[in-house]
Amino acid sequence: MITGEDVDHISWLASIKVSEGEREGFVASFNSVLDYFHQLDELDTEDVEPTYRVVDLTNVFREDVVGESLSSEEALSNAPRTENGYFKSPRIV
Amino acid sequence: MLRMLKERLEAGASAEEEVSALFSKINKSRLNAYNVLSEEAALERAREFDRSPWGGLLAGIPIAIKSSISTKGIETNCSSRILSGYIPPYDATVIERLKEEGAIIIGKTNMDEFAMGTSTETSCFGPTKNPWDADRVPGGSSGGSAAAVAAGEAPCALGSDTGGSIRCPASFCGIVGLKPTYGLVSRYGLVSYANSLEQIGPLTLSVEDAALVLDVIAGHDPRDSTSARSEGGYFARIEGGVDGLTLGVPQEYFGEGVDPLVEKAVWDAISKLEGLGASWKKVSLPHTRYALAAYYIIAMSEASSNLARFDGLRYGLRLGADQDWHTTFSNIRAAGFGPEVKRRILLGTYALSAGYYGRYYLKALKVRTLIRQDFERALSAGGADLLVTPTMPFPAFRIGERIEDPLSLYMADVFTVPINLAGVPAISVPCGFADGLPIGLQIIGRHFDEAAVLRAAKAYEGATPYHEAVPKEVV
Repeated sequence: MITGEDVDHISWLASIKVSEGEREGFVASFNSVLDYFHQLDELDTEDVEPTYRVVDLTNVFREDVVGESLSSEEALSNAPRTENGYFKSPRIV
Repeated sequence: MLRMLKERLEAGASAEEEVSALFSKINKSRLNAYNVLSEEAALERAREFDRSPWGGLLAGIPIAIKSSISTKGIETNCSSRILSGYIPPYDATVIERLKEEGAIIIGKTNMDEFAMGTSTETSCFGPTKNPWDADRVPGGSSGGSAAAVAAGEAPCALGSDTGGSIRCPASFCGIVGLKPTYGLVSRYGLVSYANSLEQIGPLTLSVEDAALVLDVIAGHDPRDSTSARSEGGYFARIEGGVDGLTLGVPQEYFGEGVDPLVEKAVWDAISKLEGLGASWKKVSLPHTRYALAAYYIIAMSEASSNLARFDGLRYGLRLGADQDWHTTFSNIRAAGFGPEVKRRILLGTYALSAGYYGRYYLKALKVRTLIRQDFERALSAGGADLLVTPTMPFPAFRIGERIEDPLSLYMADVFTVPINLAGVPAISVPCGFADGLPIGLQIIGRHFDEAAVLRAAKAYEGATPYHEAVPKEVV
């Protein structure tokens, strides 16, 4: 069973603040969805390999030459806060 | 049909008049199919075309684009507050290809927020309405693209399909929607939700139109390492019928939970295909009942990782004065994401977190193998060439009917998600009506065998009138 404390912990991991009002709703819906997920427990998958992708991939190599890329102006064009041609982030430490 | 529109334009009809007729419809419409219009730019490009027409497979053809596909200079917000106002500085590969073939982009279509939904009700711009009954959902998540095409507000559109998001709205709106084989179409520039599952594909009024658009967008792209080479020529190979083909009818896709009118329409379609020269046999996809759980675990897990990039730093919503890093981002993401997106990110975070990875994510990937093998067996040599099923278990439901209960909404995807888990191609084509609401027939093929899927869909369409019906809600 997922509790309100679990939701708070997951919300911290996911960096999404969950309000008091939202918490109860998430507890209820998480429990009903996880309960549904638990039907997979019926299947014995001990010897089954996981499928990470459905098409075969081969590594793609290219020459190490400079190609076209976005200009700084283009890269910064949607940034809410910039300073001296850089993205401006909140304080980290 | 695009071929007729192309012929009209080649014969000297004005692209500007075509485009402005679309905008006068869109501006009068109450369907809410678009969240951003590119009216001035589209009209300007149409005038350029009229002055000196260019060639190309889609020369002068207007097209609507789902809001999850990046378009240089046109807002691409995924119907989310967190991306409101975001104007991509580059085009997705599919957009570059459309432009190279002469298409004119008219706007961005409404969708479930970040493609998470089956009804287009989770859009921050409010729901799109179904053109057949404005009290009902158009399906999702590419509901805006489907409603626009069905209502004549665009001659064709692009959508994206992670667990049914092209086929479901095509089915609910009575049009054609194709999800290509995973890897056939480049995902470069598609805003990722669950990257191991999703593909971009066409929503159109006819099978032939879907083949034409697929010819334009399919093919290898060095910027998407999962993209494959395309054999192309889908439009050219669309005739040829179903004579000699064996259709598999998976027993798990009928019975409990399926509307009897839907079931009848699909069996009628199978009889019709038999009359056209196909044979059919019952097959089994025994792990079908586990597909929904496996799909949602994988999709939510991938979403929790893919959507970690939305932090208000490089683009998107930024709120108030910055505090410390974690508090700032947690507040932005709390305000920027809607409830369903939060639910999926949080559940995906839980499924990937220490102690639960094996129980949920790894387990789901193993079940994915079992489901993939079900399809490989059913579609193996000596088995069926194609599978036919209902696209959706029921016709379009009412706006508000399922949105409060996430699990009941997830259940609607029961026949579409297994296809994404297996990575095979599938199309939805109109196959009848239930009380005036369209029903979709799903035709599923082998990996990279879009040609057979399109050929069977075309043969069926040519023998039935359903794609010609016009919805009520047309201005």
